[in-house]
Amino acid sequence: MSVKSRHVLAVLTACALVVVVMAAAGIAVWRDLAPEERDIIEPILNPRLGLLLMISLVGAGAAAVLMKSFAQANLLGPSLLADELGLIVGTDPSRRLKPSGSPELQRIAESVNALADQRRSLQEDVEARIREARLSVEEERNRLAALMSELNQSVVVCNLDGRILLYNSRARLQFRALSDAPTAAGGGEIIGLGRSIYAVFERNLIVHALESIQERIRRQSSQPVANFVTTTRAGQLLRVQMAPVLSAVEGEAESTVSGFVLMLDNITRNFEAETRRDQMLHSLTEGSRSSLANLRAAAEMLEYPDLDPELKERFLSVVRDEVQGMSARLDETANAFADSLKTRWPLDEMLGADLVAAAQRRIEKKVSLPTKIEDVDPGVWVKVDSFSLLQAISYLVSRLSDEFEVREVRLRLTAAGRLVHLDIIWSGQAMSTETVMAWELEPMSFAGESSPLTVRDVIERHDGEIWLQREKTQHRAFFRLLLPSAAPQEQVDAGAFLKGESRPEYYDFDLFKQTEASHALDDRLLSELTFTVFDTETTGLNPSEGDEIIQIGATRIVNGKLLKSESFDQLVDPLRELPEASTKIHGITPEMLVGQPPMARVLPAFHAFSEDTVLVAHNAAFDMRFLQLKEESTGIRFSQPVLDTLLLSAVIHPAQESHRLEAICERMGVNIMGRHTAMGDAIVTGEVFLRMIPLLAEMGIRTLGEARQASEKTYYARVKY
Amino acid sequence: MAKKILIADDEQNIVISLEFLMKREGFVVCIAHDGQEALDKARAEAPDLILLDVMMPRKNGYEVCQEIRAEAALQGTRILMLTAKGRETEVTKGLAMGADAYMTKPFSTKELVTKVKALLDVPA
Repeated sequence: MSVKSRHVLAVLTACALVVVVMAAAGIAVWRDLAPEERDIIEPILNPRLGLLLMISLVGAGAAAVLMKSFAQANLLGPSLLADELGLIVGTDPSRRLKPSGSPELQRIAESVNALADQRRSLQEDVEARIREARLSVEEERNRLAALMSELNQSVVVCNLDGRILLYNSRARLQFRALSDAPTAAGGGEIIGLGRSIYAVFERNLIVHALESIQERIRRQSSQPVANFVTTTRAGQLLRVQMAPVLSAVEGEAESTVSGFVLMLDNITRNFEAETRRDQMLHSLTEGSRSSLANLRAAAEMLEYPDLDPELKERFLSVVRDEVQGMSARLDETANAFADSLKTRWPLDEMLGADLVAAAQRRIEKKVSLPTKIEDVDPGVWVKVDSFSLLQAISYLVSRLSDEFEVREVRLRLTAAGRLVHLDIIWSGQAMSTETVMAWELEPMSFAGESSPLTVRDVIERHDGEIWLQREKTQHRAFFRLLLPSAAPQEQVDAGAFLKGESRPEYYDFDLFKQTEASHALDDRLLSELTFTVFDTETTGLNPSEGDEIIQIGATRIVNGKLLKSESFDQLVDPLRELPEASTKIHGITPEMLVGQPPMARVLPAFHAFSEDTVLVAHNAAFDMRFLQLKEESTGIRFSQPVLDTLLLSAVIHPAQESHRLEAICERMGVNIMGRHTAMGDAIVTGEVFLRMIPLLAEMGIRTLGEARQASEKTYYARVKY
Repeated sequence: MAKKILIADDEQNIVISLEFLMKREGFVVCIAHDGQEALDKARAEAPDLILLDVMMPRKNGYEVCQEIRAEAALQGTRILMLTAKGRETEVTKGLAMGADAYMTKPFSTKELVTKVKALLDVPA
């Protein structure tokens, strides 16, 4: 019953009550009177009946008025108060009550306001703490990502389904070496956020390692890790250490394994070196045994007194021959093992140019002496303990500066077979050999630094040498440091990882929450799927008339983020001529295609890159047609679902006339860059697609299945290539 | 009648000494320079004993040993393996392949002679 009707009811009841009470009083008095008394009173009352009626009505009216104001205070007031309270609780926590009505109601309103104030401040407090926590988590993640990217070891973190949630640039490099695909994917078809680690390692291997970790955890081992060595598809030997990612579950005393960390070491090179060493050792021992046998037998024959001179000469020549052979073998082994026989001091391999640059900086900073680079071989790698070596170099320079007033030094680095010459050159007089000796043998102390080591110690650590040499014609002298060289290594191409943003998108911890898709992709939310957004450049528009793809560019979307650093960018030799007109569109010239792999080699790599993902392209039908025409010749089928941003645009803005990529970008506020390169277009398409996902959700299109259905219904879907 | 010894080794430097030594001890000597030749000579000459090196071209000593042991006509041939492979596993393998004795290089020529004579039941 509404407040209003209850109000009316209360007033009516009050009226009725007064009338009934008065009528009852009248009737009771009348009944009590004797007949004679009634006879006396009747003539008196009868004429005044109207008056009596009036009195009762007035009474009833007064009751109604009283009741009305009472009900006002006790029914309407609280009800208004309740409504206001509901607003505070539900909609607007900053709203406050206006105290009104009875003093009691006013006191209630004041108390409610005080409570609301308290609640508000508590809420703000909680929000602030959540914000703080989120910031610190974000900071920790960034710190972790920074740490990982600096780490010299390959690290990959996966969830229990084997999906990669984090990897560092070192791992990426290592996987590039494992990839047997053309350079395009650069290992990206193997390693990438959300990709399965089982593409690299056999599932059973990982499962087994996880089981042994679980077992160790059960036995409360202090180090629940597992190690294994495995060969990859490309024939590389990897040593892997696996450690669990433990996460505490509420209500359970023990934490459970929610993922694992893999630390990878490509030991192919070490293994080869070890094998070579084994072979050497083998040839040294067995070869020596044979030679010794020959020697011993010949020597023992020579002991016979009855040898004729000719035989004697033959045995002697055996002795000479074998001694020579053994000496040669020894030399060979000693040379081959020079590296491993060297000091056990851990030496780092570094680019020679980096070492020289570091020396230059250090000299200028510590000794304040100008330096110049005379000649640095850019391809030379050295094997050094850079800290002590730089110390030794600056120490020598500081003594040159202090004692011989040298004003400038020059640095030179040249390769010399297995060794490297690092020269510190200065103009002017050369010191005596005794001085050099003293410099070498005194503990290094200069510019506030002192070390217990001597230059000689440092040189010995490197199994190197140092000497003073004069260039009389040029009136110069130099210290030559002989250092071990190292095999050149692939350098980390920083640029490759810093496309776009400063921090590469190497981690995504939200994948921890993802589980293997047990249900079909169609039922999955667009926001949680992994996509490969791609674009192609072609020789022309008619695939059925022999036009071919000349470039594929692709990037990935994982967990609603565009991963520009996980890209696929490859030119393709179309094995046919390239029409000049098409060059005007894509800027690719025939010369650029010389030496590029043909489609038959690129397609498998792209297939691997896009495996387990949904394909996205603008006007996908066009690109798909090209890919499908290759199915028969390459045996590669792209059977995954495909979404088309052109069709989706028509779903979102059916009234718009143009659904060209440029027009969509303008509508959606996407910056256009690098259009008409496959990669540039793929990135733009990806950005557009990401902005479409929330717009589609507003229209009730949330899953892949819904998006495909909606696309199929648009007009454009009926255009066929 | 003088016993016949086949020396099978690809290293000329040891063959010179062994040949001289065995002739000196009164044996008839023939020589093979690789595994296949050793097998052919063993069949053709039917020696009483073979001084067999393990590491030889074409056929290694183990193979030669095994094939000789598989031929009924050559059952009486004694085989003494001479090898630079000194590990216990290799000695075991040599004996398992049918060698009667095994000597690791370098060896004493006197011991070799003693062993050869013992295998051929010739008084020292």
